[in-house]
Amino acid sequence: MKIRTPSTATGDRLILLAVVLLAAIWIAPIVWVVGLSFKPNEVLMRTTGGLVSPPFTLKNYTDILNSSAVFGWMLNSAIVAIGQMTLTLILASLTGYGFARTNFPGKRPLFLLTLVALAVPEQAIIVPLHTMFATLDLHNTYIALITPRLAFPFGVLLMTQYFRAISPEIEEAALLDNASRLRIFIFIVLPLSVPAQATLGIYTFLHAWNDYFWPLVSATRPEMYTLTVGLASMQTNFAQTEGLGFLMAQAVFAGLPVLVLYLFFQRHIVAAVAGAPTR
Amino acid sequence: MSGAILPAPSQRTATTGSGIGMSAWANMFFVLPYIIVVVALVIAPLFLGIWLSFQDYDMLGGWAGGVAFENYTNLFSDRIFLGTIRNTLLFVVMTTPAFVVVGLFLAITLNSHLRRHAVLRSVFFASSVLSVTVVTLVWRLVYLPNQGLLASVTNLLGLPGIDPVTSETWALPGVAVVTVWWIIGLPMTLFLAALQQIPKEIYEAAALDRASRWATLTSITLPSIRRTIVVVTLLEVILQFQLFGQALLITGGGPDNRSRPMVQFIYETGFRDLQVGFAAAASQVLFALMLVAAIVQFWVGRSRDER
Repeated sequence: MKIRTPSTATGDRLILLAVVLLAAIWIAPIVWVVGLSFKPNEVLMRTTGGLVSPPFTLKNYTDILNSSAVFGWMLNSAIVAIGQMTLTLILASLTGYGFARTNFPGKRPLFLLTLVALAVPEQAIIVPLHTMFATLDLHNTYIALITPRLAFPFGVLLMTQYFRAISPEIEEAALLDNASRLRIFIFIVLPLSVPAQATLGIYTFLHAWNDYFWPLVSATRPEMYTLTVGLASMQTNFAQTEGLGFLMAQAVFAGLPVLVLYLFFQRHIVAAVAGAPTR
Repeated sequence: MSGAILPAPSQRTATTGSGIGMSAWANMFFVLPYIIVVVALVIAPLFLGIWLSFQDYDMLGGWAGGVAFENYTNLFSDRIFLGTIRNTLLFVVMTTPAFVVVGLFLAITLNSHLRRHAVLRSVFFASSVLSVTVVTLVWRLVYLPNQGLLASVTNLLGLPGIDPVTSETWALPGVAVVTVWWIIGLPMTLFLAALQQIPKEIYEAAALDRASRWATLTSITLPSIRRTIVVVTLLEVILQFQLFGQALLITGGGPDNRSRPMVQFIYETGFRDLQVGFAAAASQVLFALMLVAAIVQFWVGRSRDER
């Protein structure tokens, strides 16, 4: 489509070369860590050169599988992420529909409350939030790990935007048949919002899975650690570790599931980051 | 921006029958569960935090009454806390321009339907899905003196080795590099979304006029996405003020507090030393600084728009 002159073609090539070089720098740390995770610790003690030369081993990975704690942490992360995702979808859909499609007294101020919540960063409230959950004696429970993240204004805004774009005529027909608003929402509007649910769901899941600060202060017992907190707890005594290969295998083991998730749901994740649900 | 997403005020009243826009108390139940969550888990802690910042409250010693501004005066005579303000501001200054410039460069270069561009976009975005602990684990290995990837590269090029984990000069830049590597996908994606809104016809017209690449960039592309540039800058400033995990897990804030951010100070005083009132006061200072930064930027962005 573009009209090309010889000079822009050379320019295009130079810019592409620069971006490819930058991309190589970007993936180098990951390739390096993945490669070395298959090498024996004794070899890595001497040299980290020779990425593609034998000997190779799977021992670093079997060592992880034999340490039982990691699986417990992964299970905790899964419970927290799925719980947060499900509850966020329910809350954000109901609220988004309420703001986008219905009218009720006090709608504007309540919507403004949602926007205000958007402006309050986690760090500003984490100390009092921790005090509140401590008073209720809820720390080291799944309830404490899940609930503070349900106040997720971004999800509400995303769903509000989505529902506003759906044609109201479908609902008007159902209203004439005397269907209640809740029935209309559940049986007519909700099925239409599956793409937005997928976008918000995957995004919330990733956020919950990667969450660090709140789980760090709330889950203080090792058996309640999530994977991020558990992995971090193993990094603190970095100097006297079981070996470089073991650490690298850990990074791969923890990073791989989300990278696979990303490969499958890239479109949804990017759409959520851009603030627009996929249609 | 917020004006566009505000719901329209109710047009019809309850007396006009069962129209779709009918205002009814019952409809409030759609938003009520979420409102309760926001009030209980955002608004209440926000005010509790402000109150706590004026109290002598210790998680072990308990509540020992109000202390007026003592927590704040203590904070501003605490050399470590003042150092964390300096580090946080420095970090914002280091990372925000990098996010905007590199993000913009990637978005402009990779804005097409070409397969190779899609692959490259995936590469730059992929690291953002990793958790902070995976990212710091990878980079602590990269930064290892002698055996790390960075040391291997500097050796190969015959450069003097740098150890970002223990060097006073390189600790904070080292954390900044990791952060840009980690989440460059966010500004890139936001810029790409803005670029796709520019009508193709403008570029076709420019090509017919044989406008140079530079002229097209400066007189079409950049002016068209000026608002997005302001928004992304604002977003990055706010996000980078919140630096925590990377610093805690890579340098631990050292050496000599050279890379300790404000959030790490809040974490250490509040959750390690259990001085709840003191930590709550530090949180308010952080929040206030972020608000000031946001207001200044919003104001600068607006006055530029008016010209």
